[in-house]
Amino acid sequence: MINKEVKNVEEALKGVKSGMTLMLGGFGLCGIPENAISQLVKLEVKDVTCISNNAGVDDFGLGLLLQKKQIKKMISSYVGENDEFERQMLSGELEVELTPQGTLAEKCRAAQAGFPAFYTPAGFGTEVAEGKETREFDGKMYVLEPAFKADFAFVKAWKGDAAGNLIFKGTSRNFNPNMCGAATITVAEVEELVPIGTLDPNNVHIPGIFVQRIFQGKDYEKRIEQRTVRQKQ
Amino acid sequence: MALDKNGIAKRIAKEVQDGFYVNLGIGIPTLVANYVRDDIEVEFQSENGVLGMGPFPFEGEEDADIINAGKQTITTLPGASFFDSSLSFAMIRGKHVDLTILGAMEVSENGDIANWKIPGKMVKGMGGAMDLVASAENIIVAMMHTNKAGESKLLKRCSLPLTGVNCVTKVVTNLAVLEIKNNQFHLLERAPGVSVEEIQKATEGTLVVNGEIPEMSI
Repeated sequence: MINKEVKNVEEALKGVKSGMTLMLGGFGLCGIPENAISQLVKLEVKDVTCISNNAGVDDFGLGLLLQKKQIKKMISSYVGENDEFERQMLSGELEVELTPQGTLAEKCRAAQAGFPAFYTPAGFGTEVAEGKETREFDGKMYVLEPAFKADFAFVKAWKGDAAGNLIFKGTSRNFNPNMCGAATITVAEVEELVPIGTLDPNNVHIPGIFVQRIFQGKDYEKRIEQRTVRQKQ
Repeated sequence: MALDKNGIAKRIAKEVQDGFYVNLGIGIPTLVANYVRDDIEVEFQSENGVLGMGPFPFEGEEDADIINAGKQTITTLPGASFFDSSLSFAMIRGKHVDLTILGAMEVSENGDIANWKIPGKMVKGMGGAMDLVASAENIIVAMMHTNKAGESKLLKRCSLPLTGVNCVTKVVTNLAVLEIKNNQFHLLERAPGVSVEEIQKATEGTLVVNGEIPEMSI
């Protein structure tokens, strides 16, 4: 077994510097790497480019980095629900590259899987396709989208082991598996770091080969963005 | 009388057929799930990574790890599955999802749709909408026929940045059901008590009216 375990979040984020490109898993606030985000705030790194489906809310998730003006550029598919984000974007302080959600996921997966680029129908005929190569296949038009290149990927899993194997829970899976191995260094934080040999190999979602560092996360808040319930009859 | 949001959702629910996998967008489309006949089998897909979505949880049973694309807490039904974002869009791009229902700010007579950006005013992003409209063969748009100022949202050409081109096949509004073909809106049904003239007045794009137009049954 190749041991990927690191003691804590400080060790896990060693080497993160200003100006780097970072991938962060999560959909809304679901499945975001909370510990890594807190540490990025502490490290006070500046001018980072963040690849993340969303930008958090004003006081949680990537919103924490936005507050401290640590982000130079966001690459996301949906950035509503964040006033500070909107303010920085409209004032030109923050660069934003909006990308269709499926394209965003596939640009991660392409980086993970060794594809330099791929054709997708998403965005053809819209401003997303402006300046990009397009091509016809079987009478339908497609847009060429390059794979992402990133320095670090921060992902959050439910369970993991020292070998770096990961299992996700519910819809907190989202972009996390697609970002594993899509950056130079993938850092996984887990709710439960279990002893090696405990995870059933049949049920591992991401094999440890895609993960360079793994650590036991702590103090998960797991905030709910839209609490919706029904009444018992 | 013009339909309200629930009325639009009720009418769209009649388009959902047995054995369909359906993706519902945020807003009116989400309401469609409440009105699907219970004698047919349908599975709802949410692009954040769940197939077999159930109703909202009972109070106290919310799980932060189980949400829909609108970030609302949800439940799953027996037979449900979770998956990553790439696989989710493989279902969408690969045309495994049978029906996509989404909202729009504008639709044009050639089937273009705009629903993600108002330059200088609102930029929330396209989320999964561009992937959905570029791939799905069966797209129903749920929308109000006019905006708050009373201006038509069914246009000759969209004025807002596009989400997709030549992709919308059916529109259900508070006034009518329309099919888009041959670069025209074809009027299929009227909302109860709404006249063809009212629909004509509220439609800027080319409207084709063939024979008697029946009232919707909902």
